[in-house]
This record gives sequence, C-alpha cells and structure tokens, in this order.
Amino acid sequence: MNAIVDFLGGDIVVTAIVKTVVAFAALLLTTLIVVWAERKVIADMQARIGPNRWGPYGILQTLADGIKLFFKEDFRPRTADKWTFALAPVLAMVPSLLAFAIVPIGDHITIGDRRIDLIVADLNIGILYFLAMGSIGVYGVVLAGWASGSKYPLLGGIRASAQMISYEIALGLSLVPVVLAAGSLSTVDIVAAQAGSVSNVSFFNGVPVLEQIAELFSFVPNWYIWSQWPAFFIFLIAGIAETNRAPFDLPEAETELIAGFHTEYSGIRFALFFLGEYVHVVIISAMAVTLFFGGWGGPKPDFLPWIWPIGWFVFKTGLFVYLFVWLRATMPRLRYDRLMWLGWKRLIPASLVWIMVTAVVNTEGVSRNARLVVFGILFVIVLFWLGKGDPRLTGAVTPQRRRVHGPS
Amino acid sequence: MDFVAPKIALSGIAPEIALAATALLVLLADAFIGDRPRTLRPEHGSARPGSGILGNRWHLPLLSLIGFGAAVYLALDAWDRVDATGATTQFSGMIAVDGFSVFVKITLAVFGALTILLGHEYLVRRDLEEGEFFALVLFSVAGMMLMASSADLIVTFLALETFSIALYVLVGYQRSRLDGQEAAMKYFLLGAFSSTFFLLGIALVFGATGSTNLYGEGGITSFLATTPAADLSLLVLGAGLLIVGLGFKVAAVPFHMWTPDAYQGAPSPVTGFMAAGSKLAGFAALLRLLDVVLFPLRWDWRPLVIGIAVVTMIVGSILAVVQDDIKRMLAYSSIAHAGFVFTAVIATNDRGISGALFYLATYGLTIVGAFAIVAVLGGPEERRTRVNDFRGLFAAHPLLAGILTLLMLSLAGVPITSGFVAKLVVFGAAVEAGYTWVVVVGAIASAIAAFFYLRILVVMYMVDAEVAEEPKAVMGPLSIGVIGLSAAATLVLGLFWSPLIELAEKATFFAGP
Amino acid sequence: MNIEVVVFGVSFVVALGSSIAMLFAKNAVHVALFLVAAQVALALTFLLQGAYFIAAVQIIVYAGAIMVLFLFVVMLLGVDRREALIEPLSGQRTIAVGLGALLAAEIVYVAVKGTEFVIGGRGEDALVTINEDPGNVKALARALFSDYLLPFEATSVLLVVAIVGVMVLARRMGHEGFLRETTEDEGSEGAETDAEVPA
Repeated sequence: MNAIVDFLGGDIVVTAIVKTVVAFAALLLTTLIVVWAERKVIADMQARIGPNRWGPYGILQTLADGIKLFFKEDFRPRTADKWTFALAPVLAMVPSLLAFAIVPIGDHITIGDRRIDLIVADLNIGILYFLAMGSIGVYGVVLAGWASGSKYPLLGGIRASAQMISYEIALGLSLVPVVLAAGSLSTVDIVAAQAGSVSNVSFFNGVPVLEQIAELFSFVPNWYIWSQWPAFFIFLIAGIAETNRAPFDLPEAETELIAGFHTEYSGIRFALFFLGEYVHVVIISAMAVTLFFGGWGGPKPDFLPWIWPIGWFVFKTGLFVYLFVWLRATMPRLRYDRLMWLGWKRLIPASLVWIMVTAVVNTEGVSRNARLVVFGILFVIVLFWLGKGDPRLTGAVTPQRRRVHGPS
Repeated sequence: MDFVAPKIALSGIAPEIALAATALLVLLADAFIGDRPRTLRPEHGSARPGSGILGNRWHLPLLSLIGFGAAVYLALDAWDRVDATGATTQFSGMIAVDGFSVFVKITLAVFGALTILLGHEYLVRRDLEEGEFFALVLFSVAGMMLMASSADLIVTFLALETFSIALYVLVGYQRSRLDGQEAAMKYFLLGAFSSTFFLLGIALVFGATGSTNLYGEGGITSFLATTPAADLSLLVLGAGLLIVGLGFKVAAVPFHMWTPDAYQGAPSPVTGFMAAGSKLAGFAALLRLLDVVLFPLRWDWRPLVIGIAVVTMIVGSILAVVQDDIKRMLAYSSIAHAGFVFTAVIATNDRGISGALFYLATYGLTIVGAFAIVAVLGGPEERRTRVNDFRGLFAAHPLLAGILTLLMLSLAGVPITSGFVAKLVVFGAAVEAGYTWVVVVGAIASAIAAFFYLRILVVMYMVDAEVAEEPKAVMGPLSIGVIGLSAAATLVLGLFWSPLIELAEKATFFAGP
Repeated sequence: MNIEVVVFGVSFVVALGSSIAMLFAKNAVHVALFLVAAQVALALTFLLQGAYFIAAVQIIVYAGAIMVLFLFVVMLLGVDRREALIEPLSGQRTIAVGLGALLAAEIVYVAVKGTEFVIGGRGEDALVTINEDPGNVKALARALFSDYLLPFEATSVLLVVAIVGVMVLARRMGHEGFLRETTEDEGSEGAETDAEVPA
C-alpha cells in the first residue's frame, strides 16, 4: 500500500484521486436526478404527469432508461467514419466532466489533522481551464455531425460549430470583468472575494437618512451579481448557447434536422451525448453560482459547519438548473440569423464595452460598486444605441429580402 | 514583489502611434462621414453625384495626409531630442531612438504620402473603396517605421508582419483582377514562408544569447562584448536565418521568386510603394542588425551577404533584360537595385550606412514616379503594361515620355540623375572597405541593366506606322503632381546631392547598449 | 520513478505518435484530430513543467479555436476525399526525406551540444520560484505589461490590420456580386435593404 502511495507521489496525489472519484460519482448522480427533475417539471408545466413508474415519483426512471440504452443495439451507418464516430460521444462528455474540477462545492473539511478543500483542483488558471474544456467540448458535436456520413447530422454539426465558436467568445469575454474585479483567475479566490456584505453600504456613511436605509441592506451579500450584472447576463445567455439547449438548440433542431448531430447515434453512444449535455448544464449552473452568486457562501450555523456551504451551493445550482428547464419549456427556438446576430452584434460588443468599463472603474478603486451601477445604466444606453439601425428591428424580413442575405 | 509600472516615453514611437491612430480614424470616417461606398448603394451606379477627380470623399486622403504630416512632425521632434541628448532606447529597451530611425521614418512617411495621393486618383477612377486602402497604407507605413526603430527582435518580427500583411492585402486590392488575386496569394504564401525563417532565426539567436534584445542589459550587443568568441555557431546560424527572412522582404536573390508576380499583379501605386517602402524597411532592419549589432561577427556573415549581393545584382539585371512586361521588368530591376544596396551593407562602415540610406531614399522617389506613369498608362485593369504598349508614347505625350526617360536614366545610373550619385556613394563605400571586386561585378550588372532601360526609351521614341493603339494617359492633378515631384527629385538630387547625403551622414548614429 | 515520469511518458508517446500518425492519415479530418491530440499532449507537458498559463492557452487557442476552424472549413468544403494526394511537383518526397534527415541530424547535434550552446537564459528553477511567489499568471502579466508592453500593443495593431485585410478580401464585390443581381430582379424594392447588408 505504502509503495503505491509513494509511487503516486505521496498523500496529495491519493487525496486528489479520491476527490476525483467522489466528484465523478456525485456528478453522475446529479445528472440522473436532473434528467428526472426536468421531465417532471416540464410535465407539470405542460399539465402532464411525467414519469411515475419506477421508484417513488418515478425517480428511478433515468436509471431504467440508462439500462435500456446500454443494452440497445449500437447502430453505425455504413457511410460513417468508424473511429471518429466512436470518439465523438466520448469527446462530448469528458470535457464537461473535467470542467467540474475547478468548481468549489464547499469550504473545506478536516479529517484527522488534514485539511481537505472541497474542490478537486484549485488551479491558479481556473477560469482559463474552464474555457479550455469548453473549447474542447465543441469537438464532440462537430465530429459527431461529420462522422455520421449523413446530411442532417452534417448540417447539425456545422451549425453547432458555428454557434459554439461564436458564443464561446462572448462567454470568455463575459468572464474577464469578473476576473478583473476579483484580481484572480482562481475560482476559490473569486468565491472568497464575494464573501461579506455589500461593500458600497459605507458609500452613504454620514448622510443622515440614507445611512440608516443603507444599513438595512447590509445583510445583502457582496455577490458579483450586483456589480457585474451585465457580465452575468452575457454569461448566462452564452452559457445556455454553449450547452446547445433551448432556445439555442439549433444543432439538434427536431423540426428541421431530425435530431441534428446525433441523428445516427443510438444505444450507449447516444446515452453519452445525453449525459454530456446534462453535465454541461450542471457545470454552467455551477459556474454561474461560483462567479456571480457567491459560490458556497451563505449563513453558516454551528451545527455541522462543513455541510452548510455544500447545501447552499447545491441549492443555488439547483435554482439555475431549474432556470434551464424553465427556459426549455417556455422559449421558442431562435432563427439561425438571429442567433448569429445576437452573438456577434450584441453579446460580443456588449461584453467588450463592459470589460472597458470594469477596467476603468477598477483603476480608480473608490466606491467601486456605486460607479458600476452608474456605468451599468450607461451600458444599457449603449446597448439601446447598438440596437438602433438594425433592419430586423425596424421591419420584418420578407422572402425577397431574405434572398439578399442568403449565400450567392 | 510589487508591480512596477515601466516608465514610458513615447517620443520614439510617436510617428507610428500617429499613423495607427490616423488609420483607425480613416476607418471610422469611412463608415460615418460622406457618401456611402458604392458597393452598398448599387442604385447609384457609377454616376455618383459630385464625383470629380477628388470625388466627394476627399476627406479620407486629406485625413491620411494629415496623419503623415503629423508623423513627419513627430519624427522631427524626436530628431531634435536625440540631437540634444544623444541616442537612447525606450520602452524597456524595445525601441531605439536614434538618427538612423528618424531618417528612415521621414523617408517612409514621404513614400506613404505619395502613395496616398496616387492611390486616391487610382481608386476613384476605378470606382473602388478607398477607406481600407488608406488605412492599410497607413498601418503598413507604421509597421515599417516600427521595424526601422525596433531594438528587439520580437518587435522587429511584429513590425515585419504588420506591414507584410497590409501589403498582401493591398496587392490583391482590386479584386476584379485575377492576376492581382494570384499575385496576392503568391506573395502571401511566400511571405509567410519567409516569416517562419525569420522566427526560427530569432529562436536560434535567443537560444545562443538568452535574449532577443539588441542593446539592453544582457542583450545581444553586451553578450557579444562580454563573451569570448568561443562557440557562436548557433548565433551565426540564427543570424543567417534572419538574413534569409529579411532577404525575402527586400527581394534579394534567391528569395526573389515572389517579386515579379507580386509587382505585376498589384495596383501600380501599391507596386511603387512596395518597391520603395518595403525595401527601405527591410534594409533598415538589415543595416541595424548586421552593421551595428552583429558588427563583431562581420567575418562570419559577410561571405553570405557578399554571395547574396553578387547573385542578386547579376540575376536581377539579366532576367530584367528578357522581360516583356514593363512591371515585371521594373520588378527585376528592383531586385538588381537590392543587390546594389547590399554592397553598402557589406562595407560595414558609416559611409556604407549613410550611402544605403541615400540610395534607398532616391531610388524610392524615382520608382514611385515610374510606377505612377505605368498606372496612368495602364488602363483600368492595367492590361496595357507591355513594353510594346509604350510604342509611340513620345508622339502622344511628349512631356510624359521625357519624364519617363529621366526616371529610366536614373534607374540605369546615368550622370546628372540621382541614381548615378546613389550608385557612386554605395560603390565608394564598398571600395573603401576593400571590396573592389564586388563593385566591379556591380558595374557590370549596371551595364547589363542599362540595356533594358534603353529598350523602353527606344520603343517610346519610335514613331511606328503600325501602332495598334496609341498610348493614352489618363491622369488627373494628383498623378501629374506625383510624377512631377518624382522627376524633380530625381533631377535635383542628381545635381545637388550634398544636402541629402550630409543629412544621411548626420543621421548615421545608433542607440548603443 | 514517480507519477510525473509516467504522465510525461504518456504525453510524450501521444504527442509523438499522433504527430507521426498525422503524416500518414489519408483523411483531412483525421489529420486535424491527430494534430489536436498532439496539441493536448503538449499542453500536458507544459502543465508538468509548471507553465500553467501556457498550457491553458495552448488548449484554448490551438485545440479550441484554430483546429475547430480547420474542421469547420474541411466540413464546409467537403475536402474529406483523397484529392490532395496528387503531387504537382515530382520528386518532392525524395527531397523531403533528405531535408528531414538533415533536420534530424541538426536537432541531434544541437541536443548533444545543447548545454554548450545555451549560455544565457534561466532554467526550470526560476519557473518554480516565480510560480511560488507572484504566481504563474501574475508573473506573466507583469512581464507583459512592463518589459513587453510594446510588443503586446504592437500585436493588437497587427490583429487590426489582419481584420481589415480579411474584410477587404472577403467583401462582396459591387460589380459582379449578387447585390447587383437582386436589384435587377426586384427593382427599387430591395434597394433600401441593400444599404444595410452586413459586410
């Protein structure tokens, strides 16, 4: 035993391996629950009952589906590219799983004399790691589309790559202001920077009535959602687009492309795509919580102090997952040109402007949050200005005009 | 360990900043001021309201010219400073502020301004968009200037890429011309190829010396000063690759393959700009690198450069003779001229450096004028650029023929033109350094070269009965002005050369470690 | 023998193996994939050496951005068949083998004499100390915003030039482009939208 530990590089590595296994198991379990929850919630919203056969409230339904998929025949079209076809589902799932490594799910626990941080790896390039995994994740969808050797998957794959590249830029740019504000790329530092109460309460110190009113709000935590709300909305929109879910589910649009990039997939390979998508949803939710909603921060009673942060984290993440489901049940799919328009002409310029604003504000340092609010209003005005002059806002696109936009 | 913000003095790169800022302003002005570009308003057709020769978009060339004016002013300002306090480096040793860089910058700004004037008329006549053209010219001049004053190989590379990419696009600017697109593609591929040589050279130099900086603490100069010349083969190898990379840019044989195609396919104002500016920037970097920084290694790199110089002069001259297209011929002639400038590089003395500066300045002024004449005679798609198309030019446009004669004689190096003085200066420097035989080769090459310049003259003055189509010059005030200016400069500098030579000599001092 | 050696061994084998496989793969998409594998393996070796930032950028830029665009183009153009295998220049394989052998000999020579050649520079120890005190990212940022400020800014100019260039070359031509076509078809009806067509 000791020999193995030594070979692996000592206790640290063993801890890391244990953490990895636990995180992996937890993530898969979460996914099972999320899939079930989505079906239940959507069923409720559509006045149906939803799964109710396996386990209480049908909670084992996902497990049953998984077993079914596992034993199903694994088709592969004759025109498919054998190895790429097999590789694509793995590439769709693994990066999402890996990205979870930098999400802090709690503070730390102490076992014996050893302090264990509740994060798989606190990298000093955490945010970049997250983006790197996202950019690898594109391959799964793109390759699936190409390798199927069939036209709908190819169209889905091309759509997917265009969409994911476009929104990855906005996603990355929306994280920059947060990094600027926190002064670190590490997710642990970013969560730490959001501890405590809103810091601009002291802004009104000395002003008679406002001081008392401001005092009332001192319970409000110092989350980045207050000062960085434009970044949050850009992150959220781009994040949803990254997961290829409604209303950005063009790569697998059923009405146009059968099932898009995974039309030709079945059995366990399809299950991997399915799993990857839900893991991705959980990751984006967890990152939104970490970056903008204080991560695991929250009231911490004395009873079992280590479990509360985890509870808060799971609760907040759950709310975001619910938002994803809610959006799917509510929003119609975007048209392709609107999708590109939103990504390139709105989100990217907006995030660039917001980076400038945050950078300028951070150099001055004083009463930062108050300034940010002012600049946020300015930012809305800029957005409004950007919105003017777009032909699609002033008139419907008629078929004749569509021809102008189409390829020559 | 806290962050220490560097002290930043901008006088060294103020001209570059002015040009880059002007380029961005031009792009903005193009989008928001004046008539929208024609391509977006097809219903207007070519009958654009108020399109005189200046068009109704005169604000763009004006803005660009103001940018060049500001660059010259800022360069002169930097000159005053270095004159008073001596050469320095700025930006943590990334920028050399010295007489050499200021001289090159002012010359480049003149070339750029002439290109803007020619380009405006050229583009208006062909109904092409102008905003990006001017912006790219401004950016490329900024890159060339940065190259002239860079004191770090990384900056040199970035500057090289900046002006190269701008030139690739400018070569293919008139996209209705297929030969232009082909030329741009060739230029791009070979240029990218040469950039990799340059990068590998930087890597090897870094490996050998542990620095990419030329002058700073622990830089290459101080490395060479403190290290005994034990085993510098890696450094020499790196220097060789740097010469290859820059040799591509100045069109030296055997790295000249792109030149005839790119020169022929590019719009003529761009060709003139490439011949004048790209060569000057490339040689500026070569002179600083070889004659100043790697001066202690001169016995190692000189054989290579002598070989390049000899081959370039001979091959350029001989291949020019057999060309039938005047733009290709001028391309090969520009290759030969690069060879002549290399003789000044070989000399490694102050006279060689100042001679090279004088040579490149006068050659640039002449060649811009020559390509301006090609532009006004070539027709909308520049199809009438064969030597035979110039048949009977004297009868049709006597004055234009006279000016072309003057420019050709200057390129050939005939007395009372600036080309003669320039050749005299660089050959004199080489003789002084003891390379008489290289000069003899150069003289032979000049004699061969004279043949094809004279061939054009003969064709021009021949009044032939069977002229298929008379040469027809389409020119406005701007072209006339540039051609006149070029001719005047060629003649005046051929008669009163000493002020410019003295200026070049005065400017030949470099930032030191 | 510890886990670092194992990880290095794996990434070494993957990088080298996929590079070689890249040369022999007949399908453009497979070539791109092998290149991605090589990039990721290289990123892993950067991680091992403590250069975290470079590792992340290696994946984001090369594997994430450039290679996806490669694939995108391959898919759009459909060049997945074996058209590109006809060699326009005869004998280039022989020359390539010769030059490759020369390069290999050079690399071996430099590797053998390596320590004699490299005189300046700082080694791995410097990286370890930097990683401990200001951290990898901060140290890089400091270098970038102090000593290397000018190259950093010059790069932005370079990128602007590239963007302007791409715009010029990719812009639709007014003369024979289809803008003219639509106006002929539709008369004045389409004209007002034409002014707003994104370039």
